[in-house]
Amino acid sequence: MTHFAYIGVLIFCLIGTAWLEVAMRTNVYRRWSRLMLSVVPVAILFTIWDKYAIAQKHWTFDAKYISTVTICGTIPLDEVLFFIVIPICAILTLEGVRSAHGDAVGDECLLGADGEAR
Amino acid sequence: MTYTQLSLLSIVGVIVGDLWIARTRLVQRRIFWKSYAIIFSFQLLTNGILTGYRIVRYNGDNILGSSTPTDAAPAFLGDGRIAFAPVEDLLFGFSLILLTLVLWVSLGRVGIGRTPSAGPPRSFMRRLTK
Repeated sequence: MTHFAYIGVLIFCLIGTAWLEVAMRTNVYRRWSRLMLSVVPVAILFTIWDKYAIAQKHWTFDAKYISTVTICGTIPLDEVLFFIVIPICAILTLEGVRSAHGDAVGDECLLGADGEAR
Repeated sequence: MTYTQLSLLSIVGVIVGDLWIARTRLVQRRIFWKSYAIIFSFQLLTNGILTGYRIVRYNGDNILGSSTPTDAAPAFLGDGRIAFAPVEDLLFGFSLILLTLVLWVSLGRVGIGRTPSAGPPRSFMRRLTK
């Protein structure tokens, strides 16, 4: 069971933010294509950083507490999931705050090809 | 490069992206800082678990503080750590979150997934958030 410690933290994060989709009507998961287009490039970039950091021994993992699956040879699956889960949580939080307070985020009006608001 | 250098560089890169490339200017918006404050407090908790239980361990050559001890938890506060995690992790987290939100808002600005927009909260939540 200890192999699920890291993934357990990620599940806590997912559950801890998922209720916003219902209670605050964040509509983040509903807009799944925008969600994927935001999360995937970030996850790829930070996985590359992780690969470098592991190679340079910036950080190591206690094999007891992580899954036994690795990606690209050296990166624990847990880490890749982290770079997917945390961005989703961040977007849900932003949209939850927008729902609660109605503050402007910057996407209220569409931008034209010239970069100016239309 | 050390973790300290990389995390500082990433912050500068993402802020440049926010202000001058994507021009989302999230760091100038109140809503970003409100959201970040919430995320930050949960980061202290969850990252504290990952670093305090030494699920993730750090090499002192690459951070401001010293290596994660092999037989005990790292400092809770001090020695370059906040809630067990190296301060570099907070910079790393800031970059991860700001970059994600810059992309999310940028996509909305060009018309991708703008609707259905967020809110209003359900009535039982409206009473709590008012």
